[in-house]
Amino acid sequence: MAVAPREPRAPGELRQTVADAEPGGTARGQAPGARWRRSLGRTRAPLILLLPSALIALAMLLPLAYLLIRVAGAGQETWTLLYRTRTGELLVRTIGLATLVTALGAVISLPLAWLLARTDLPARRFWTIATALPLVVPTYVGGLAFVSALGPRGLLQQSLAPFGVERLPELYGWPGAVLTLTCATYPYLLLSVRSALDGIDPSFEEASRSLGVGPWQTFARTVLPQLRPAIWAGALLVALYTLSDFGAVSLLQFDSFSRAIYTQYQGSLDRAGAAALALVLVGITTGILALEVAVRGRASYYRATPGAARRVRRVRLGRWRWPSLAFCGAVVGLALVLPIGVVLYWLAVGLRQAPTFELLWAPTWNALQAAALAALAAAAAAVPLTVLSVRYPGPLTDLIERTAYVGYAVPGIVVALALVFFGANYATPLYQSLSLLVFAYVVRFLPQAVGATRASMLQVSPSMEDAARVLGRGPLAVLTSVTLPLIRPGVLAGAALVFLTAMKELPATLLLAPTGYKTLATSIWGWAAEARYAQAAAPSLMLVFVSGLALLPLLREPRQVAPE
Amino acid sequence: MRLPRVLLAVLATVSATTLVACSSLGSNAPAAPGAGSPASVTVYSGRGEPLVGPLLERFTRDTGVVVQPRYGDSAELAGALLEEGANTPADLFFSQDAGALGAVAAQGRLQPLPAETLSKVDPKFRARDGAWIGVSGRARVVVYNTNTLAERDLPDTMTGLTDSRWRGKIGWAPTNASLQASITALRLLEGDAAARRWLEGIKANEPKAYRNNTAVVQAVANGEIEVGLVNHYYLYALTKEQGSALSARNYHPRDGGAGAIVNVAGVGVLKGSKNAAAAQRLVDYLLTAEAQQYFANETFEYPLTAGVATQPDLLPLGQINQPDIDLSNLADLEGTLRLMREVGVL
Repeated sequence: MAVAPREPRAPGELRQTVADAEPGGTARGQAPGARWRRSLGRTRAPLILLLPSALIALAMLLPLAYLLIRVAGAGQETWTLLYRTRTGELLVRTIGLATLVTALGAVISLPLAWLLARTDLPARRFWTIATALPLVVPTYVGGLAFVSALGPRGLLQQSLAPFGVERLPELYGWPGAVLTLTCATYPYLLLSVRSALDGIDPSFEEASRSLGVGPWQTFARTVLPQLRPAIWAGALLVALYTLSDFGAVSLLQFDSFSRAIYTQYQGSLDRAGAAALALVLVGITTGILALEVAVRGRASYYRATPGAARRVRRVRLGRWRWPSLAFCGAVVGLALVLPIGVVLYWLAVGLRQAPTFELLWAPTWNALQAAALAALAAAAAAVPLTVLSVRYPGPLTDLIERTAYVGYAVPGIVVALALVFFGANYATPLYQSLSLLVFAYVVRFLPQAVGATRASMLQVSPSMEDAARVLGRGPLAVLTSVTLPLIRPGVLAGAALVFLTAMKELPATLLLAPTGYKTLATSIWGWAAEARYAQAAAPSLMLVFVSGLALLPLLREPRQVAPE
Repeated sequence: MRLPRVLLAVLATVSATTLVACSSLGSNAPAAPGAGSPASVTVYSGRGEPLVGPLLERFTRDTGVVVQPRYGDSAELAGALLEEGANTPADLFFSQDAGALGAVAAQGRLQPLPAETLSKVDPKFRARDGAWIGVSGRARVVVYNTNTLAERDLPDTMTGLTDSRWRGKIGWAPTNASLQASITALRLLEGDAAARRWLEGIKANEPKAYRNNTAVVQAVANGEIEVGLVNHYYLYALTKEQGSALSARNYHPRDGGAGAIVNVAGVGVLKGSKNAAAAQRLVDYLLTAEAQQYFANETFEYPLTAGVATQPDLLPLGQINQPDIDLSNLADLEGTLRLMREVGVL
């Protein structure tokens, strides 16, 4: 059996990397569709798949297309503005931030992943979950925690004031933005690398060691190269997340593109300038996606001879146990305990002033509603797209599938801006309606649903569908009675992921929510932007709690699925 | 994979409820203005929810008119109104700044208010053509730290702050609409060249940029900076919130000029509003003694109708050396933003 070759086809996707790492299953990385197509002698996709997929693809392209149209029609003034708005400086800062956050994330995640996957670290299961949990802390909650704790006149300074500490090192700008975003995003790298480590055949290392190579050299020369695809996949996610982040950079006053677009949108009557900046941001994300494709490499990392992957022999940490525990503790402390602790502190402060719970139910309900609708819609859209691309590969279907990933290239603020333009001018009945907000979520997060569904789909043997066809079922019946039940785990995982991310989404929600439709994210933002942290506490905790519920099933240890 | 049943149940319930709700309501748009439904008015509010939310609730309680407020920045909402044109769902625009109202009015998007409404407010604080009306006044001030400065140390006009004596001691919030409006006023009073010189002079004094006016006042009170360019009421709001006096005071430039301008928060009814009558009721409500008293006591602004007392800590409107300016002309926000970008302070 081959050692799972990594194929981060959906640019690094949480569920997929977990699924990839599973032992068992078919040879992943090659769509079994090619074989199937030959066996049945059919090359054309059924309309029942092609038509909805094509429509979904067109819908995904709508925001980007409209943005282009809008900017094209904007005229000279807009371009001069782009020239004047210190766009170059923004470019350097934005790319610099993404690079720094990604590099720091790798520095944290590599040792952490190794400790969790390969050593006898005490309480490993606990650390496995605790180190991934910062995923449920949205960057604006992390941001408000860091600002109110470590910022000027924050909790730390106030508690040090009796000792004559009048000023702390500056938090606003680079330090704060890098800190907050690294804490919020390193789990993407960690999860990706950890599951890759789980999947590596330890016999490589054993061979290396038996040939007299030391432990560090072995790691550098045999393990690290095998981890490269997982590192790239995780790094890509972290970089894209950082580029699209709005909450942290705004609260920590770091001028990145997202913040500049919003400032421009908010503070100016003319919105063409914001559109032009948005287009530049799309240029950056597209560039990074292209870079990832270019460096992903084509090497394979599985054993070529027959034989089974051996169980990992865990490294004894010995006296390194304590420093290792301290490292895990420091990461979890900074990324999880500190933000949650600070929010709890503010909750206590707020409760002493006045209970704010009656204000909480409507935002909670609205957040659940919008996220659930987005999860359903994204999962439903992912099915035809995935089945089509896996079973009927070809130039047209490849193109269609690729458009599903457009969400990676268009940050929330960009989708929102495009849809505001579109809604206000052409789709008035949808303007400021829940449907448009849900649509924005789907555009943004469809890649997650497709990634997860695809991971399941690749494990389904086409012979099952063949059999159903041979027994006289039509394409639709095969889809509903055979394929869907088999890929259900992936579809559900995709829905859960979309649910989780849509709940936390801020910029698109700010711009597109129906009048009076407050969600947890927008109410946290409203209070945090006014520095009224006590009022932001209750919705923050509620959001973290609900996100946690959605995340936990996704963090389970790799398990057996996909009956062969 | 096993998802907790709870999660699945939540997903299913939420979606089902929504579908039912949607099919029975038709859409998510604000309640249709059909006969029989209670009157409702959609307000684009450039003023924050903590400030005006309670007032709007009182209005609903008193009149039964349901208010659908959409909160945002005044410029953002003005931009939205211009973008939406005749398609706008808004009935009323409640702006923090006369400039944003002027910009919307300049595109012909506001309908004239009745003379009876207009007569309640000094002509200085409303549009000449009656397209909008001010409901509360907000004075530009220099807030200063009382430990390091006395009022006599402060310059006669805002221009004096470009003196190198103030290097490193000034705080401002360049993204703030009120600051931008005062620069627009400077452009109107003294021309673009003078405004550019002022911005360059301030920039040379290395001002500290803050997120908003509250942060500026806080920094002045803390002694991080000595003077700040803000609106008058932040000092009082902060004092109230913290429950003790701050080491800061407001100063209205004694020789007037753009730094002593009194801007307004005001309202206008959108042209083509389907709920114009309800919107008009809200306009009139905001000019009642009750609402004016609310602005005076809760937001520490200047009430604009006759017979309502200004908060005693405030310098009376009549004693401020206000420049002679038509507030509608503050509409050229874009020109000010362009200038600020060119100078490099934005």
